[in-house]
Amino acid sequence: MPFACIYVPNFPVAAVLRAEPELRTQAVAILEGKPPLEKVLAVNEKAASIGITPGMTKVQAELCTELVLRLRSFVQESAAHSALLDCAQSFSPRVEDSTCDTALLDLSGTESLFGPLPEIARALRHNPRTLGLDAHVATASNPDAAMLAARGFSDVTVIPSGQEAERLGSLSIEVLFADQPRDTEKEGEAKKEADRLLETLDRWGIRNLRALAALPEVALSERLGQSGLHLQQLARGTATRTLVPVEDPLVFEEAAELEHPIILLEPLAFLLNRLLEHLCARLASRALATQELRLTLDLDNHTGIDQEFENFGIPSESAVAQNEAQSAPQYFVPSRQGTFSRTLRLPLPMLDAKLFLKLLQLDLNAHPPGAPIVKIHLAAEPARPRSAQGGLFLPPTPEPEKLELTLARIAGMVGENKVGAMELLDTHHPEGFRMRRFMSESRHASTPQKISGQSEEKSAVTALRRFRPPLRATVTLENGQPTRVVCAKKKEVQGNVLWKAGPWRSSGDWWEREAWARDEWDIALQHIDSVALYRLVHDLLGGNWFVEGTYD
Amino acid sequence: MSSAVVSTSAALSRPFVFDAEPAPEVCPDLFSVGRPPQRICLAETGNLASADPRLSSITPASRLDIRPAPEMASSGIAAIDVLTGGLPRGCLTEICGPSSSGRTTLLLAALAAATRRGEFCVVVDASDALDPHSVAAAGVDLDCLLWVRCGDDSPQRHRVIEKHGNQKEGCPISRASFAREVGAGEACPELVEWAGLSSQASFDFDRTSMRQSERRLEQVLRATDLLIESGGFGLIVLDICDVMPQAARRIPLTTWFRFRRAVEHKPTVLLAFEQQPIAGSCSSLLLKLGSAGKSFTELARSSVRDIAEKNHQTPAAEQRKNAAHGASRGLADEDEKAPQGRKKICSTAQTTFDLKNPAHSQLLTELEITARLDCSRLERKPARLTSTAFVSNTAWAG
Repeated sequence: MPFACIYVPNFPVAAVLRAEPELRTQAVAILEGKPPLEKVLAVNEKAASIGITPGMTKVQAELCTELVLRLRSFVQESAAHSALLDCAQSFSPRVEDSTCDTALLDLSGTESLFGPLPEIARALRHNPRTLGLDAHVATASNPDAAMLAARGFSDVTVIPSGQEAERLGSLSIEVLFADQPRDTEKEGEAKKEADRLLETLDRWGIRNLRALAALPEVALSERLGQSGLHLQQLARGTATRTLVPVEDPLVFEEAAELEHPIILLEPLAFLLNRLLEHLCARLASRALATQELRLTLDLDNHTGIDQEFENFGIPSESAVAQNEAQSAPQYFVPSRQGTFSRTLRLPLPMLDAKLFLKLLQLDLNAHPPGAPIVKIHLAAEPARPRSAQGGLFLPPTPEPEKLELTLARIAGMVGENKVGAMELLDTHHPEGFRMRRFMSESRHASTPQKISGQSEEKSAVTALRRFRPPLRATVTLENGQPTRVVCAKKKEVQGNVLWKAGPWRSSGDWWEREAWARDEWDIALQHIDSVALYRLVHDLLGGNWFVEGTYD
Repeated sequence: MSSAVVSTSAALSRPFVFDAEPAPEVCPDLFSVGRPPQRICLAETGNLASADPRLSSITPASRLDIRPAPEMASSGIAAIDVLTGGLPRGCLTEICGPSSSGRTTLLLAALAAATRRGEFCVVVDASDALDPHSVAAAGVDLDCLLWVRCGDDSPQRHRVIEKHGNQKEGCPISRASFAREVGAGEACPELVEWAGLSSQASFDFDRTSMRQSERRLEQVLRATDLLIESGGFGLIVLDICDVMPQAARRIPLTTWFRFRRAVEHKPTVLLAFEQQPIAGSCSSLLLKLGSAGKSFTELARSSVRDIAEKNHQTPAAEQRKNAAHGASRGLADEDEKAPQGRKKICSTAQTTFDLKNPAHSQLLTELEITARLDCSRLERKPARLTSTAFVSNTAWAG
């Protein structure tokens, strides 16, 4: 039964480099600890080559001018670890989450999907790179041998069954103690035990796994106990254990903590692009898409943040609730902790980092956060990618991705509630409609029925063109009927009434504050060389006359 | 001198046909200046290109691509389809006319026909004038219609309005300051009215309405550009009926040319509804709509006569006239012929109505609309029919 191991060396450094890929060419050291007692936790190869070693103080490390220092970021490490698991899960459903930098896979049965083991190993090494991680990959007949090989050898290692002891023999004895438990309480005890065993083996002259494997079992058991025997089995590659697969909760989140606050949207877009690319790569590795993106920005200016938000026009709670009730595409909720949240809801599952970036940019342009940003948190709600097949004889429809971007751009021009599909409300109110999101694929399935159901052609219908808002008019009445209309705002809407029809009285919502009652007249006015028809409305509650629209 | 018979039949996509008889022809050397015409034989034109390599770069007219006739889509009104053959796809069609000339009726009919075909449509509404109830009554599938409501409700302006929204019930002074703050005089005269400002004292509405029209036109053009580029729509409608013609004429011709080129190879019908034609040669079809002028004029005359003679009528007759909701005097003569309790109100309506229970439909049913084909660049031959008429009905007859 083949197993594979993906190991990311120098994981704290790798997590930072994943978030800031431009640092890959520089010497980087990761600091840990409370100021001013920070110490170097991990370094990359370039930093090691100039003499920076873990354990140095920050003051010592700062003597090297070309060294880039970064604080350890648990947020970034968590995202990198999730990315590592996503990469492993894209190859096998049975993945053991052994340590933060290591993932073990059960590869049984995957040969028919991905080819022979060497090909799988190469693919496994290539896949984390797309997620921003440089990993070592090894395959072996048992998980521990694969893990030792991944930690000991760089790049790709494929150990055929039965050759574990021979291939692992050249590895240093320290490889056996590289496993770092996550529990910080047990970390100290495990380290002490590991140091004791290492010291003992060193005194015996055991430098590599081959020497350890050659020791007599009984004598080793007498001196080091069961732990010694277990170490020997590991060195021989004969240790057997059951893989403990994990059930990934499918959380797709990326975050970036900024050393200096961001004020402009342009650098923010640059960072968002990186986060979105990582998110989309992770989703793609799991064959998923997203229908909802949540952007949370931690803002620097905690004091007076409400005033800032007010300046940027935050809607009231009722307005937000109304938007949600109308299934508005986007809303934002400022909180008192100095965070700024935006949720981008998409009509269909999509997976396009560039599209998401454009949508977020347009959204942030319309709703700027209002304070410097110190932390960016981006989460995607996973969804199954849409599967739609266009019919050969169906008319073309707008591409959802293009349409979404187009609608967002148009909404940026004319306003969010000014673009979409219209929906009639169950009311007699003359403006009884609301705008809702326009979706191009919602009616794909029902298209043939609708076409067949509406095959009967209707005749032309006299349409009303509304004046929004209605034009206030001065009306001359005779016997309670309009005979002359003068509209100050529209010069063409004035003159004697040639003919009229009405009134038709209607009222509604009398049980609410927005009650309305009106008389409607259809009138004809002379318009240069033709006759124009208008709808004249008498507001019975306010007593004013309005020209509501023209029949066209 | 005998001349070769050259028959051009590019329209039929056939090459030029030369006379079989070899005959000399005077062919000037296009590339030489001051050289006298040389007599050459057309039978030897095959060697001409080899003789002068510069001629080989010239594409003969016979090999030029001939633009295929566009596919036509139904406009939803049979009379218009007979007149124009439908609405051409991949072309710009202009439909113009004054108020109450049936432009919106035709717009909704075209939308209904397109949505019946399962196509997605978009209306870029410059004046936010579309009435959803009329759209639904026309049989348009609302799920397939994207409505872009242009106006001055840009996000920035919206934010300022929301900020001051709580002051809506405040004193006029605060309203006035608000209107001035948002520059309402320049972009939103309605706000000026709401603020209680005198138009003459504060703003020049003629200039501001022009600026408002231009701002809306800019939104319309940008939105249309994006929508055409987006693709996938069967019908894109630019509704600039209520935009001032002076402002609409200021749209550069290059914009229309760009629109025309953008839709050229797409199965999209691009319709522009306006008061006057503005796209020039970029439109493939130009339809002018109008109300049935003769009938309306007659009605108008009769109505004017009614008003003039009103003083000489008895109160009972006046009351009866008012009950008829503008029935003309000529129609009164027909009352005797009409059945009891019903009468014809106008010659265009050609319908009898119940005067005891009047409804909207009595004035609006069967409005006669004329359509005139002013220009068509789809065919070489002019259309035989150049005008037609159709009637519209109300959908909310009481």
